[in-house]
Amino acid sequence: MKAKFTVNGAGREIDVPEDMPLLWVLRDGLGLMGTKYGCGIAQCGACTVHMDGIAVRACQVEARELNGVEITTIEGLGTPDSLHPVQEAWIERQVAQCGYCQSGQIMQAASLLAMNSDPSDEDIDAVMSGNLCRCGTYPRIREAVHAAAEKMRS
Amino acid sequence: MFALPGKLNFVLPAIKPTRRGFLLGAAAVAGGFSVGFRPDPASAQSADAQASPFGAYVTITGDDQVTVISSQFDMGQGSYNGLATLVAEELGARWDQIDVVGGAGNPALYGNLAWGGAAQGSGGSTSMFSSWDRYRTAGAAARLMLVAAAAEAWDVPAEEITVADGMLSHATAGAARFGEMAARAAEMPIPSEIALKEPGEWTMIGNPDLRRYDSAAKTNGTHDFTIDVKLPGMLTAVMIHPPKFGATVKSFDAEAAKAMPGVVDVVETPRGLAVIGEHMWAAMKGREAVTADWDESAAETRGSEEILAEYRALIAEPPAAIARQEGDSAGAIAGAAKVIAAEYEFPYLAHAALEPLNAVARMGEDGVVEVWGGHQVPDLYQFIASQVAETTPDKVRLHVMKTGGGFGRRAVADADIVVEAVAAARAIGWRAPVKVQWTRDNDMRGGRYRPAYAHAIRAGLDDAGNITGWEHHIVGQSIVAGGPFEGLIQNGVDPTSVEGASHLPYALPNQTVGLTTANVGVPVLWWRSVGSTHTAFAVETFLDELAEAAGKDPLEFRLALLGNAPRHAAVLRLAAEKAGWGTPPPEGRVRGLALAESFSSYVAQVAEISVDGGNVRVHKVVCAVDCGIAVNPDNIRAQMEGGIGFGLGAIMAEELTLVGGEVQDTNYDTYTPLRIDAMPEIEVHIVASGEPPTGVGEPGVPPIGPAVANAIYAATGKRVRRLPIEKALRA
Repeated sequence: MKAKFTVNGAGREIDVPEDMPLLWVLRDGLGLMGTKYGCGIAQCGACTVHMDGIAVRACQVEARELNGVEITTIEGLGTPDSLHPVQEAWIERQVAQCGYCQSGQIMQAASLLAMNSDPSDEDIDAVMSGNLCRCGTYPRIREAVHAAAEKMRS
Repeated sequence: MFALPGKLNFVLPAIKPTRRGFLLGAAAVAGGFSVGFRPDPASAQSADAQASPFGAYVTITGDDQVTVISSQFDMGQGSYNGLATLVAEELGARWDQIDVVGGAGNPALYGNLAWGGAAQGSGGSTSMFSSWDRYRTAGAAARLMLVAAAAEAWDVPAEEITVADGMLSHATAGAARFGEMAARAAEMPIPSEIALKEPGEWTMIGNPDLRRYDSAAKTNGTHDFTIDVKLPGMLTAVMIHPPKFGATVKSFDAEAAKAMPGVVDVVETPRGLAVIGEHMWAAMKGREAVTADWDESAAETRGSEEILAEYRALIAEPPAAIARQEGDSAGAIAGAAKVIAAEYEFPYLAHAALEPLNAVARMGEDGVVEVWGGHQVPDLYQFIASQVAETTPDKVRLHVMKTGGGFGRRAVADADIVVEAVAAARAIGWRAPVKVQWTRDNDMRGGRYRPAYAHAIRAGLDDAGNITGWEHHIVGQSIVAGGPFEGLIQNGVDPTSVEGASHLPYALPNQTVGLTTANVGVPVLWWRSVGSTHTAFAVETFLDELAEAAGKDPLEFRLALLGNAPRHAAVLRLAAEKAGWGTPPPEGRVRGLALAESFSSYVAQVAEISVDGGNVRVHKVVCAVDCGIAVNPDNIRAQMEGGIGFGLGAIMAEELTLVGGEVQDTNYDTYTPLRIDAMPEIEVHIVASGEPPTGVGEPGVPPIGPAVANAIYAATGKRVRRLPIEKALRA
């Protein structure tokens, strides 16, 4: 099938199997490698992207659902010259260790802050608990989300 | 089909620190220069010291890029950043001009000095220990040669040239960037004497504000892992492994799969079937259509419950081998006023790194086989890859990638994923590069787990509450038996089975530590902190039992036994003091503490928890660590935080279950690492030290389990002797 949708602000049209998950459409179809594969069953959150502004697991969205939607991936969240506040906070707080889950963590955190400008630790835990980090960067994720929230409010 | 040799001629010497003399070597590279070392011929092991075209330690190019070529593998623990710090410090580089790439293919350059230097590899948290002198010296040598080049170019004395922030400067002659002098520096004589900076001169080593050089790439999606390798025409494969360990392919039918769009081929590798597709999804869909019959005549068919039941029987027997014997433990215990005994059980654990195992293989036009992957023991993988490709090791080039976690899983005796990638690429006639990308179920069921263990400890106390005798028996599989690391076994004792138990810092007058190695066909492996994942739990919870029987405070009881272990005692005191040990905890909370040395780093932790019904909540952990000189203080904190999270997840809820020889857990739905909502607040205190640096990747893990279990006893009166805790509390 031809899937016609927007990725990071640019219109894309791609011929893919209709059951192909967005994760593989992005990675193998469009060469956008920032979105990571971790589990394939929405248990780890490594493939989190925004679909029409909402955080979704790209492994659970099929190509047939893509027509007309707007997708934002980590590559489109900020630019190297103008990072998203969440990305800035992630660097300042030195969150990443291996870094593999962090695209998903950052996309989930950006979505959280779009809905809640001043989340408590409990709010952060509730929203971010779908994103696994095997390196255990969680304390710094909490700190960075608070720091990003402050940046976005000011 | 082709077979791998059962055992490779690649036995590592016993792990002991050595220092080897070095002669310096330098080479011109395009537009710049490289600094490396040749081993002193008198001490080099010539058989291993094959020449390699693949690099040195530091390369400086005309565009001012300083690239550190790392002997050490980075799975997230920050070893690349540590080596970059050592080089930048001595070189006088700007932090933002530093990059790091993985080196391989030359054990003479990259051999791990903590292992005797004969082979390259990362493990046992040795990266900083092995690199401390080597990479500082490399940075200093490069600086001296740049200075010599500038002195010649400007016709001024070298002593008048200063180096800072990536610039060479002279009061009257001016200034130059490193890149401007790099080509000339390559022609300079090699310095014969290299003085390193004094600690008081350091600006990067020990700097708590130094940020990881790779933070930006790991935050904007541009950091490349093996899963992200893209090569022209590359195909992607997923695996079908035998459902039971030790089984082999009898026959398979791939006709239906090969008729599916995007499926290229289904090929047999020495480890199972590779379903090769034009892309990942095609391979995954194709896999569903393959049917296979397996020869299970040599397969392990026991489940984890049956295996543990056998361990329970074995633990009551005398140990098969003795790891430590001091005095007469049996007599001392027989004559004791009080005897305390406990048995413990530990499940199999999966590494379950977020990036499932993968490797990419291709043969270039020059006949060189290239393999991209998380090559944690590169020389071994290079050799095995050459066997699979039926070529010689010099025709194999490894590209060492940083990986999305590892925790031990990327250092395997049989080079599993490398074998699969090379075999798959070869099976299609090398016509395209092949990326073998394990799915999560490939990874969870792919073997190499932290072994299951049973422990029994018995000790005697005299009337005054002093320990008179100590007997500890461990039953489980050997991690190194039957593989290239088998040489580590001495007198029937695999040291990785008993580390953390056989050489305790506590003064124990009569002690016997025994090991019974069980023969089980489930493949096992080192898992972040290896033996101490289970020994520290048994020892440190048992010490609390003894302290209670002796009527003493757990802290005081330990300190009284640590008279000859000042670094152990110091971290324990520090953690206890910072946690307010001896003062009342906040309402509803209790504390537990534990101490563990692993890989020559010393860590103590105090856990503050509450228990509500069967639910344990760990609120706060105070951690003290002594790892010698703190090269990257913020990374030490990060590794302690992460180690605590990793260890806490495991002891609370991780358990890999086998039924009838088949792994039941296929994903994170039933195998459940820690999530953010269970992560405690963590406070890390680093002991100031002038001792040579030791590792931090693993040592944060061992104390958290016993610290939490000791706190659970304080809260509930229930001793946790079987893991995971959540299951034990339900029982």
